[in-house]
Amino acid sequence: MNKLTKSHLIAYFIVGMGSIIMLAPFYFMFIFASHTNSSILSVPPPMWFGGEFINNVGILLDALPYFWHNIGLSFYVALITTILNLFFCSLAGYAFALFEFKGRNVMFILIMGTMLLPPFLGMIPTALIMSKLEWMNQPRALYIPMACGAMGIFMMRQFISSAIPKELIEAARMDGCNEFAIYWRVVVPLITPAFGTLGLITFIGQWNNFMGPLVVMNDMKMFTVPLALRALQGTGQVPWGAICAGAAIAVVPLMILFVMTSRKLIDGLTAGAVKG
Amino acid sequence: MSSVESAVRPPVAKIKKRTLKQRLHASGYKWAPYLFISPFFAIFTVFGLFPLLFSLFLSFHYWEPAAGLSAMEWVGIENYTFALTDDWFQTSVYNTLWLALAAGIPQHVIAIPLAYFLHTSFKRSRNTVIGMYFMPFITSTVAISLVFTTLFSRDFGMINMLFTSAGNWTIGDIQPLAWLFPTENIDWNRPEYTKTMIAFVVFWRFVGWNTVLYLSAMQTIPKDLYEAATVDGAKRWQQFWYITVPMLKPMMFFAVTLTIIGNLQLFEEPFIITGGTGGLEQAGKTAAMHMYITAFVEGDFGTASAISWILFALIAFLTWGNNKLLGEKK
Repeated sequence: MNKLTKSHLIAYFIVGMGSIIMLAPFYFMFIFASHTNSSILSVPPPMWFGGEFINNVGILLDALPYFWHNIGLSFYVALITTILNLFFCSLAGYAFALFEFKGRNVMFILIMGTMLLPPFLGMIPTALIMSKLEWMNQPRALYIPMACGAMGIFMMRQFISSAIPKELIEAARMDGCNEFAIYWRVVVPLITPAFGTLGLITFIGQWNNFMGPLVVMNDMKMFTVPLALRALQGTGQVPWGAICAGAAIAVVPLMILFVMTSRKLIDGLTAGAVKG
Repeated sequence: MSSVESAVRPPVAKIKKRTLKQRLHASGYKWAPYLFISPFFAIFTVFGLFPLLFSLFLSFHYWEPAAGLSAMEWVGIENYTFALTDDWFQTSVYNTLWLALAAGIPQHVIAIPLAYFLHTSFKRSRNTVIGMYFMPFITSTVAISLVFTTLFSRDFGMINMLFTSAGNWTIGDIQPLAWLFPTENIDWNRPEYTKTMIAFVVFWRFVGWNTVLYLSAMQTIPKDLYEAATVDGAKRWQQFWYITVPMLKPMMFFAVTLTIIGNLQLFEEPFIITGGTGGLEQAGKTAAMHMYITAFVEGDFGTASAISWILFALIAFLTWGNNKLLGEKK
C-alpha cells in the first residue's frame, strides 16, 4: 500500500481538480442567482451568496409572466410522458421477453433500428403534422410522440427476461388468468425496480427536452421551462441574475432527484451500453 | 349463471367447455403479444415513419408553406444541389466537424485515465465522485448553456478572470505563464473563439458520461491480469497502457460511435450560446442549426429537408467509417 501512496495522491489531486471544474458552473449559477446585475457585472464578480434571489425571481417574472405556469406545464408533460412510457414500454418489453410469436425478432430489430434515426430528421414534418392536427401549443403534442420509446422497450425486455421466470407466467395462465391480467397482476409488481430507472430517465429527458417544444410551442404561456429560459436571452439588457435564478429553478429539482437516485440512474443509463 | 349451466350440463359438455376455454386462452396467447407491441408501431407510424417519408418527399419539392399543400412544386434534386453548393451550409458542416473533433477527442482522452484513477484509487467515495462528474449530463442543456454564456462573458466572466490572472501572474519581473494564458480579456464571441467556447461546454457535459462508460468496462476486466502483471513487476502506468487500454477497445468503439452520432447532431449548446443566430460570421452555426434556421426562420422547408437528409447521410457515413476503423475485425 505504501508504495502506491504517491500515485494515489496524484489520482486524488487530478480527480479533485476535475470535479471542481465540473461543479463550478453550478456553484456560480447559484451565486449569480442571488446577486443583482450590477454586482455580477463588477470586477471581481461575487464569490459568495447574496440576498437578491427573491428580487431576481421578480425580474424573471416580469420578463416571463407565465413562469410558474411554464414550470407546471413542464412537470405535467414530463409526468404524463413517464407514465405512458412505463405502461407501453413494459407491455411491449413483456411481449418480447416472454412470448413466442411470429416475427418477434424482426420486429424487435426494427424497433431497435428506430433508435438510429436522428431526431432532427423528423423535426420539420413533425411541426407540420402538429399544426395540421391542431396540436400546436397543446401538451399532447409533446407527450404523445414520446409515449413509447425504443430504449424503454429494450430496457424492459432485458429486465423482464432476467427477472421473471417463464414458468410463473405459465402457471398464471393455467390458473385461468387472462393475458392482460397476467401483465397487470404478475408482471407489473415484479418490475418496479425497472420502472424506477426508466421513469427517472424518461422524466429527466422530457424535462430537459428543448427541440421538441421549440417547434410546437409558440405561445409564451405554453412554453416549457427550457423554452422560457431561452426567451430571456433576446431581451435587450440581459438580466443575468434573473437568468441564473431561472436556470437554478430548472436545475434544482433534477439535482435533488439525481442526488437521491444517482447510482440507479447511472446504472440504468449505461446498462444498455454495457450489457447490450 | 355459468355455474348453474355447468351444473345442469352432462360431464361431456363440461369437458368440451374446458377445451374451448383452453382454446380461447391459447388464442389469447397468440394475439396478446401483437396487441402489446402495437402502441409502439401506432405511435411510430404517425410520428416517426410518416414524418420521415414526408421529409424525404419535401426534400424534392419547392414549397411555400403559407400557400397550402397543393402549392408544392417538384424540383428534383435542386434542393440538394442548392444546399450542397451553399456557402453557409458548407460553413455549418465545417463547424460541425470541427466541434465534433474538438469536443469529442478530449472527452475520450480524459475520460479513460479518469476512469482508471476512479477504478484504482477510489473505493468508498467513488460513487460520490462519479455523481459529480455525471451531474452535467443530466441537467438541462439550455439552463447550463445560459450559465456558461455568463461565465464566458468578456469583461466580467469568471473564465477570463481566471485566465488573465494566470497570464498576468508575476514573479519579480517575469510572467511565467504569459505564453500559455492570455494577459487581456478574450472576447469569446469573436468568430475565432466561438467554437472553442461551444466545444468546451460540450466537452464538459459529456466527459462524465464517457467516464462512467469506461469505468463500467474496466470493472469487467479480470483482476488476475493485473495480479500477474504486478508479479512480473509492471508499474501502474504500464498496467494501464498494456492491460487496461487494450481491454477497453470494444467500449472505445461503442463510446466513440455515440460521440460521433451525438456531436454531428449538435444543436442545443450552439443554439443557446450564440443566441440562435450562429454567432458572428456564423462561426458557431452547426449543420442541425442551419437546418432549423432554413426551415423555421427562412421558411424554406424543401431545402431544410434536403439538408437534414444530407446530414443523416454524413452521420451514417462517418459511423460506418468508424466501424471500419475501430470495429472488431471478423
